[in-house]
Amino acid sequence: MKPFEFFSPATLPEAARALADYQGEARALAGGTDLLIRMKRRQWTPRAVVSLNRLAGLNEIALNGELKLGARATLNQIIRSAAIREYFPALAHTARGMAGVQVRSLATVGGNLCNAAPSADMAPPLIALNARAVIVGVDGERVVPLDEFFVGPGKSVLQPGEILQTLLVPRPKENAFASYHKLEHRAAMDIAMVGVGVSLNVERSTFNVQHCADVRIVLGAVAPTPWRAKRAEEILRGNELTAERIAEAARVAAAEAKPIDDVRSSAWYRREMVEVLTRRQLQRLAETA
Amino acid sequence: MPRYHISLTVNGDLHELNVDARQTLMQVLRQDLELHGTHEGCGSGDCGACTVLMNNEPVPSCLVLAADAHKSAIVTVEGLVQNGEPHAVQKAIVAHGGIQCGYCTPGIVISSVALLQENPHPNEQEVREAIAGNLCRCTGYQKIVDAIVAVGHE
Repeated sequence: MKPFEFFSPATLPEAARALADYQGEARALAGGTDLLIRMKRRQWTPRAVVSLNRLAGLNEIALNGELKLGARATLNQIIRSAAIREYFPALAHTARGMAGVQVRSLATVGGNLCNAAPSADMAPPLIALNARAVIVGVDGERVVPLDEFFVGPGKSVLQPGEILQTLLVPRPKENAFASYHKLEHRAAMDIAMVGVGVSLNVERSTFNVQHCADVRIVLGAVAPTPWRAKRAEEILRGNELTAERIAEAARVAAAEAKPIDDVRSSAWYRREMVEVLTRRQLQRLAETA
Repeated sequence: MPRYHISLTVNGDLHELNVDARQTLMQVLRQDLELHGTHEGCGSGDCGACTVLMNNEPVPSCLVLAADAHKSAIVTVEGLVQNGEPHAVQKAIVAHGGIQCGYCTPGIVISSVALLQENPHPNEQEVREAIAGNLCRCTGYQKIVDAIVAVGHE
């Protein structure tokens, strides 16, 4: 690693100030499982590293009206949280499918989002669950819907001196369910070839017919950022949930994906699997409801 | 280069150290404290050879900055031996022949100890998930898994 200054401030304003002072040449450190690898490979050579690990409260998980998920909560904390397991099982399932136990002790939900990989596993289920990002900077705080957080590969809306503090996730309505499914070459320590997050809110009419009250379909690793399949959502929203309509929405989601060929998968395969993963999850969630 | 002062409890002993910002926890354990049981494999968190317990959770020590580990409690494979007696996991791995070249063994022992703390009677699937982040390039996984499952049956 290239030499750098190390800071470990005790308060969020100090951390934001330290990051701002280096004008984009400082990096925030949470779990370090992406940052240190890139620094060792000299892909990133920051002049300063600002640890967020002494900041109180940044790793808290609390459920009141909505879930307050501290950005520095580790994946293992998410897996162990009773509130998340009960009300947001898709998030616990997603975290458990990431990396291996050791990396999950360090890696944080905020780090996964701020590195802004198109394949970031936590993004599709959190966007499907309508999460908002609370961002703190030297000039105060702003709240951004998570589906507007990502700008491009490795790029989010965070400006120098801004820190992702908390994710706010509304509690799902009764009869609303979410899931995330991804494909990898091996079950641990791998990066998704393709991932799809879905949330579905079902209403029943008097004749026990299922209608889609609301839906979100979020694609991972098939576009420059985590990607909402909004046309596919429109096919379902407000309409009766039939097998044909679900199949049509899945086909449209595949058409909305913008996959590339790379070392992990071909664009063709990714697009085919978007359709399969979208259809299967919509079917399963409709059956659950 | 500036040095950063840290206090680190390693295997029950408190150490006051001055570290370079670039030093990883793994390097401090091996170079400064001469605890050579913690091995470096890939240096990128993929292989698990450098796994130690940090505040009771297994972590890849190659991805922790020593300066950021200030005030934490570390257990390395050396710290598992009590009064000259190896840990039950260590004995079981020896008894089952779960060692070939031995390079991955300390990391696997630490991951297994972490698993057994949370789940004292893991089944085979749970053991495999707990050591999914530990690579054995001799590929001798079956005997390792057998050994860890056997500890839970003791």
